[in-house]
Amino acid sequence: MTSAWVDVKNLCYRRGKRIIFEGANLTIEQGKITAIMGPSGTGKTTLLKLIGAMLTPDSGTITVAGQDIHALDRDELYLARRKMGMLFQTSALFTNIDVFDNVAFPMRENTDLSEELIRNIVLMKLEAVGLRGAAHLMPGELSGGMARRVALARAMALDPQLMMYDEPFVGQDPISMGVLVKLIKTLNDVLGLTSIVVSHDIHETFDVADYIYILSEGRVVGEGTPEDMNKNDSPHVKQFVHGLPDGVVPFHYPAVPLQEDLITHG
Amino acid sequence: MVDQIVRIGRQGSKFCSGVGQAGIVLFHTTVRKPRLRKLFPLLIEQLYHVGVMSLVIIVVASLFIGMVVGLQGYNTLNKFGATAQLGQLLALSITRELGPVVTALLFAGRAGSALTAEIGLMKATEQLSSMGMMGVDPLWRVIAPRLWAGIITMPILALIFAALAVLGGYLVGVEWLGIDPGSFWSNMQSAVDYKTDVLSGIYKSFAFGIAVTWIAIYQGFACVPTSAGISQATTRTVVFASLATLGLDFILTTMMIGGW
Amino acid sequence: MPSDRSMNFWVGAFMIAGLASLAVLAFKVSGLTTYFGGNSYVLTADFDNIGSLRVRAPVTIAGVKVGEVANIQLNRDSFQAKVTLRIKQIRNDLPEDTTASILTEGLLGSNYISLSPGYQETYLANGDQITETHPALILENLVGQLLYNTKSKAEKADNKKT
Repeated sequence: MTSAWVDVKNLCYRRGKRIIFEGANLTIEQGKITAIMGPSGTGKTTLLKLIGAMLTPDSGTITVAGQDIHALDRDELYLARRKMGMLFQTSALFTNIDVFDNVAFPMRENTDLSEELIRNIVLMKLEAVGLRGAAHLMPGELSGGMARRVALARAMALDPQLMMYDEPFVGQDPISMGVLVKLIKTLNDVLGLTSIVVSHDIHETFDVADYIYILSEGRVVGEGTPEDMNKNDSPHVKQFVHGLPDGVVPFHYPAVPLQEDLITHG
Repeated sequence: MVDQIVRIGRQGSKFCSGVGQAGIVLFHTTVRKPRLRKLFPLLIEQLYHVGVMSLVIIVVASLFIGMVVGLQGYNTLNKFGATAQLGQLLALSITRELGPVVTALLFAGRAGSALTAEIGLMKATEQLSSMGMMGVDPLWRVIAPRLWAGIITMPILALIFAALAVLGGYLVGVEWLGIDPGSFWSNMQSAVDYKTDVLSGIYKSFAFGIAVTWIAIYQGFACVPTSAGISQATTRTVVFASLATLGLDFILTTMMIGGW
Repeated sequence: MPSDRSMNFWVGAFMIAGLASLAVLAFKVSGLTTYFGGNSYVLTADFDNIGSLRVRAPVTIAGVKVGEVANIQLNRDSFQAKVTLRIKQIRNDLPEDTTASILTEGLLGSNYISLSPGYQETYLANGDQITETHPALILENLVGQLLYNTKSKAEKADNKKT
């Protein structure tokens, strides 16, 4: 029984008047790729930010590698973050420095390694994502897929133990998607990482994940391995997995009945 | 009616919490273990972008302002036959007021808005968040060098402004309008006191530098991370920084005249 | 993105330009000079009225600046203004009966102190007091006197007539 690397207990978080999470419970197991899925706007990205302590929950605890990350002070938190890598949806490369410097950034800032050693590590990371030849391009010269791969190399630079992917498959052409799927799987298995993938791409995610959580309306409405999800009968899960346009998540935005609307204008 | 009051109250409390947040950002940016060895090259880079790049507008503006003050001053003093006093009029108005204030306003418009836009864009493209997730505090890596660069640059720009403006006035008054250079300079020198005029101008520009740069980086840091949000933040920087400069100028001038 | 070397150069040039401006402002614009580089000595003088004399106003002999006003205080016993003058020391040679007068630069200018050396052969030393002083000319008093004189002349003429 592998231990839980990230443990989310009774998470409650609201933004303004909207309740984002209400008593959500998740366990991310070590060494496995866990997917977090759900309809748009359910707060999947917010969950990653809560795990990385960029946001503070209203109540509940999030434990990462045995530490309650919201109980840490600023310096301890920054140390804990060095063991996490996060791939942002926008890839978030630093636009004023080239690819090489971007990947070298975490090492130059957080370690005292010599430039020679850093150079070797950067080239190896870029090799792992297949972009060693692009080392001297500027982020503005990269395609979306390439930028994402560079961001992945940068997130992996310090060999984190937890990798979080925020919507990695969004807007990618089939080839790039295939590349990313391969990378996520290989890195996780070869390096023994724990990975969290936030996505709403059924096909790719089911391909990659070992365990899946489906979030809706602030809590977990379904969980299990990909095979379990396909067989699951709960209406939430069914609608999501099979892509049904109407169901628990309604097609129509709440409004007065159509007849009433027409009459009042007629 | 009550709604209006409620709205004003809410705006007021939003403003207050904004100022409070700005204070916290300033605190976290400045009161940390300064890793000087790492900060220094970043600081030089920012001094270049904030200071050297502002030189063009400062130099041109100062020459023109000096020339205009010289011209207008000559026009009016001529009626009293007191054109020999032009040097004094020029130097006092420049070193005490026009120098620090105009420099601060130009700085807010050029460098301040650039800082806000840059930081806001970094926030909108999640560069600041990703830096944070990599274990590097963006406050000291991105914000702090820019803050210190602004504070150091302002007095230097104000000094350059003042010197060039006096030169501009000299060119108009002596070279063009024919005032005797000897009386121009000697009247100026006897009227301008280093401590109360030049130094107080420097103190003022320090204060303006802190105010303008702080507002610029805070607006960028706290902006709504969309393109509309960035443009709003940039506008707010220029407006708030300019008003803050003028307000501070009044307060400082009162303090200085009152004698400290 | 300019190279590191050119950035360093320009930042350095920027700093130097700032210092140069400060120097220009200090020496050319405000006339900050080490006027008292070397020795100086102080003398005091009590005046009935100093007018608008200020600290750092010049002290002159025959129109040539020899020092500055260092301090102005009120002498609470005699209710006179006690002015401290700092004189540049070339020779210690102001006679003891030197007079100090407060004059005005031009017609409406600022006040300054003019010293007229006397004829005695004993000289003022550091810290001595100048005893002969002439107060500043207050414009209002002058005008008042003029009005009074004109009025009394007019009255005398009237009296003569009647």
